[in-house]
Amino acid sequence: MAEVLVLVDHVDGTVRKTTAELLTAAARLGEPSAVFIGTGFESARDTLAQYGAAKVYRIDDPAVTDHLVAPTAEVLAHLVDQTSPAAVLLPSSAEGKEIAGRLAIKTESGLVTDATDVQPGDGGGVRTVQSVFAGNYTVTTAVTKGSPIVTVKPNSIPVQEAPGEATEETITVPLSEQATTARITDRKEKAASGRPQLTEAAIVVSGGRGTGGDFGPVEQFADSLGAAVGASRAAVDAGWYPHASQVGQTGVSVSPQLYVAAGISGAIQHRAGMQTSKTIVAVNKDAEAPIFELVDFGVVGDLFQVLPQATTEVQARKG
Amino acid sequence: MNIVVCVKYVPDAQSDRSFESDHTTDREAVDGLLSELDEYAVEAALALNEAGDGGEVTVLTMGPEDAADAVKKGLQMGADKGVHVLDDAIAGSDAVASSLVLAEAIKKLGGVDLVITGLASTDGAMSVVPAMLAERLGLPQVTFASELTVEGGVARIRRDGDIASETIEASLPAVVSVTDQINEPRYPSFKGIMAAKKKPVETWGLGDLGVDASQVGLGAAWTTVESVEARPPRSKGEVVTDEGEGGKALAEFLASRKFV
Repeated sequence: MAEVLVLVDHVDGTVRKTTAELLTAAARLGEPSAVFIGTGFESARDTLAQYGAAKVYRIDDPAVTDHLVAPTAEVLAHLVDQTSPAAVLLPSSAEGKEIAGRLAIKTESGLVTDATDVQPGDGGGVRTVQSVFAGNYTVTTAVTKGSPIVTVKPNSIPVQEAPGEATEETITVPLSEQATTARITDRKEKAASGRPQLTEAAIVVSGGRGTGGDFGPVEQFADSLGAAVGASRAAVDAGWYPHASQVGQTGVSVSPQLYVAAGISGAIQHRAGMQTSKTIVAVNKDAEAPIFELVDFGVVGDLFQVLPQATTEVQARKG
Repeated sequence: MNIVVCVKYVPDAQSDRSFESDHTTDREAVDGLLSELDEYAVEAALALNEAGDGGEVTVLTMGPEDAADAVKKGLQMGADKGVHVLDDAIAGSDAVASSLVLAEAIKKLGGVDLVITGLASTDGAMSVVPAMLAERLGLPQVTFASELTVEGGVARIRRDGDIASETIEASLPAVVSVTDQINEPRYPSFKGIMAAKKKPVETWGLGDLGVDASQVGLGAAWTTVESVEARPPRSKGEVVTDEGEGGKALAEFLASRKFV
């Protein structure tokens, strides 16, 4: 069976949930081979084995991790050349997509980004599903050229445990001079919020203009549900919440089990980032807000009244 | 510096966008405009040259005749000249083919210090063209800049991710993409609009770039769209008006769906 390369998304060996999703998808197409770049492999090994990695290609070279995307694309191109994989799967992060873009050119392979599903194609290759134009259309695409390269949106694939051997193979890849020309010179980790990561969270609670800049009720409600906190563009542009938390066309796109929009009107720019959520709930003072057209449940009311009451109620139910 | 800004003419995201029968984006039924996110790229280029030693800002686009409007908007904002790659064979080009055409156009322009793009187009929204351009041009890429400075031949950006804020450097020439956090794009002034009419715009065909028609367009795409379906509208659920018990009703709903 042909290998399927999966680029492991991790922070010092702590593997992100997207990787389990990619390994699950990879098993549909062939034999999953994880590609682990950087330090901390020991803490990652069990997770990779748990979700079916038959093999793990390891490379721990600062030249790869200190430089932006280009070296990683060279590492993957080297592996594509060596293994002729049935596909290469990467997370649909900004970085994942850029690596994929370079890899597509290098290996002359078809590329699909932001896939929400990946399946084997009828006559070989892979078939992907994407949600486009603010989630208003579903596009099915066949990728047959080369070694199909697909970036997969987080929270798209139901993960399945499938024990694999995770046999290690340490590789070295000579990098071109050109690959190491964009250098990360400084890196400031953000203070951990203790909340789940926005794109991976099962529940997201977002605040918008209606918060008036006070995200307290939004954060407290999020914490009662164990949710990540997001924000609309209006709230971010007003400087009320960091840009990294922006949900929408110019921020991140999320697909959680539950999305709660508080004080967000639901402009197309915002819908583009959350419309594929499984269940949508909104709280807004304006009964005419377009967000209510999307909801499974809505409350017309003041979020400063509704959210604290809901928070208390949720906490009481949890005991 | 000589800066090229790649811009895209896209169907207005506020309208009901749809597809042609061949599954390509319908660029006729909906009014087009310069992709909003590209305005930040134009502004970044203008600001760099205004603050620095000057130089030329070229707005580069590819696409049907109407795409000239995207170039025009860039010129009205203050760019010095425009290039429009116009060729029937381009229709339906994917990101791979688009990056080829843009890369060849940038090579033909020559002497480019910096290529600036937006963070994504508002239609395809893949965010891969800057990386592909860098790959094809053999240049470093520093992307998703929320700050950009150029000093001593080095481009330095700040990139704000979800777990870290990074500073990234690359020697010029380089490809940079900028986010909507980097600046506040200017509105074209009346003077700018008038001046734009006299600015040079070159129109190039594929032949001018040494690109063969077989390398671009729908037929050359490395992926094949099999089907496009409108997502069924979400059926509107229950909406209650808060009369003192709204929060409880919300918690009740969440419990009924097993979220609590």
